Amino acid sequence: MSGISRRRFLAASVAGCTATALAGPRKALASGSFTGYPDSMGVLVDLTRCIGCRSCEAACNKEQQLPAPDRPFDDKSVFDETFHGGTQKRRTDENAYTVVNRYDTKDAGPVYRKVQCNHCSEPACLSSCFVNAYTKTPEGAVIYKGNVCVGCRTCMVACPFHVPAYSYSSAIDPVVKKCIFCYETRLKKGLPPACVDICPQEALTFGKRKDLIKIGQQRIQTNPGRYVNHLYGEKELGGTSWMYLSSVPFEEVGFDPTPGNEPIINHVKDFLGTVPMVLAIWPAMFTGFHLLAKKQADHDDHEHDAEKQHGDEGGEQ
Amino acid sequence: MSAKLILTTLTMVLTFITVGNLAQAADMPDQVSIDAMSVLFEGVEFDHAMHTELGEDCSACHHHATGTGTTDERCVSCHANSDEVASVGCRSCHASEPFSAEHINRKSEEIYKFHIDMPGLKAAYHWNCIGCHEEMDGPTGCQDCHARTPEGDAFYHSDASSASTSGKSGH
Repeated sequence: MSGISRRRFLAASVAGCTATALAGPRKALASGSFTGYPDSMGVLVDLTRCIGCRSCEAACNKEQQLPAPDRPFDDKSVFDETFHGGTQKRRTDENAYTVVNRYDTKDAGPVYRKVQCNHCSEPACLSSCFVNAYTKTPEGAVIYKGNVCVGCRTCMVACPFHVPAYSYSSAIDPVVKKCIFCYETRLKKGLPPACVDICPQEALTFGKRKDLIKIGQQRIQTNPGRYVNHLYGEKELGGTSWMYLSSVPFEEVGFDPTPGNEPIINHVKDFLGTVPMVLAIWPAMFTGFHLLAKKQADHDDHEHDAEKQHGDEGGEQ
Repeated sequence: MSAKLILTTLTMVLTFITVGNLAQAADMPDQVSIDAMSVLFEGVEFDHAMHTELGEDCSACHHHATGTGTTDERCVSCHANSDEVASVGCRSCHASEPFSAEHINRKSEEIYKFHIDMPGLKAAYHWNCIGCHEEMDGPTGCQDCHARTPEGDAFYHSDASSASTSGKSGH
């Protein structure tokens, strides 16, 4: 009688665990379908409009109160700067949250590309930060708390666009530095970021992300031959708040052409989804198995001892 | 009844006269001051008379607004025979603050409006001027058209004093 109930208990516990195991990853995947806040803002960068005036760099410097530049912002000679043996153009750093680079293309002549944080819908920097310094705001900005940052620089490794920079110059309190979409001073108040405001060419269009997707597609459609048929950032890595239109293939102007459409976190989500299950259920389950096995063994030993005792008694007779 | 009819006729006649006068008053200016947003750069004294001699027709800059027709294939299906609008100045259509919250909200509400991607005033000027100047070998540098103000010099850190104080303090 006790054997049947034990079997029932075991069957039920196995079934329960299987159900939890199946439900665990499914729940994790459901949370992965986040595609951004409904009315979040974004910027559509039209590379065909940029004339490389660097006004956006100057505006960013002023708005974010960054140190004065080595060379003035109207100095075009910075476009000839390269690093690592000519393989790399200028990148964002602690003193410049945005930079413009020039690419001399075969078909379209000089094409200018602005670099800054793309404010992903599911940011890899946020996923990787173990002190939770990063936040994706409903307005669309990816901001961070400098006072929480411990300087581990995992976000710098995680970011697929190599955006977060590090204040190496600060010996006392080095933290990660990056574009915050002018969140505190502008975005929060419904204003466009400083770079968008200053752009003389409207190479940067500020608006609701969902509207910008329509506008981007309309520009491609109504200007045949002007753009390559791709809105970079609409789907890449789960979508970014900053999106791009270009007249030349994106790899020619320094974009990673195949980042995939999956957010970075999806690569680890299945694994991370099983961690709580393993931690919470396995100890209880295996303790149960252990106790049951031990109880069975005790029972068997007891019966065996009783038989043995009985036998011994018989032998003596 | 007859008094009402006379009144209506009078009003109509008056309206026609006013509109006619307005059209005459809005005759082509020789000089246009483009200074609505000048902060970092001085305004531009635009020689309208000289440019009208260069341009093929008004629509090259004014699209369909001057009522002279348009040949742009994106506009022609609706505006081939559009009448002259009340005010043909750039700022009548192109917003000086195209990214204000009010403007952006209107953009997503007015879903049946075709012009959802109209550039703001600053971009409209620059596209028109630089686009044509590139084709016609006109000046295209920032200060070829408008001199920078002292505020502009500080903004671009272009004066020697600010460049020398480039402290790399980090914060």
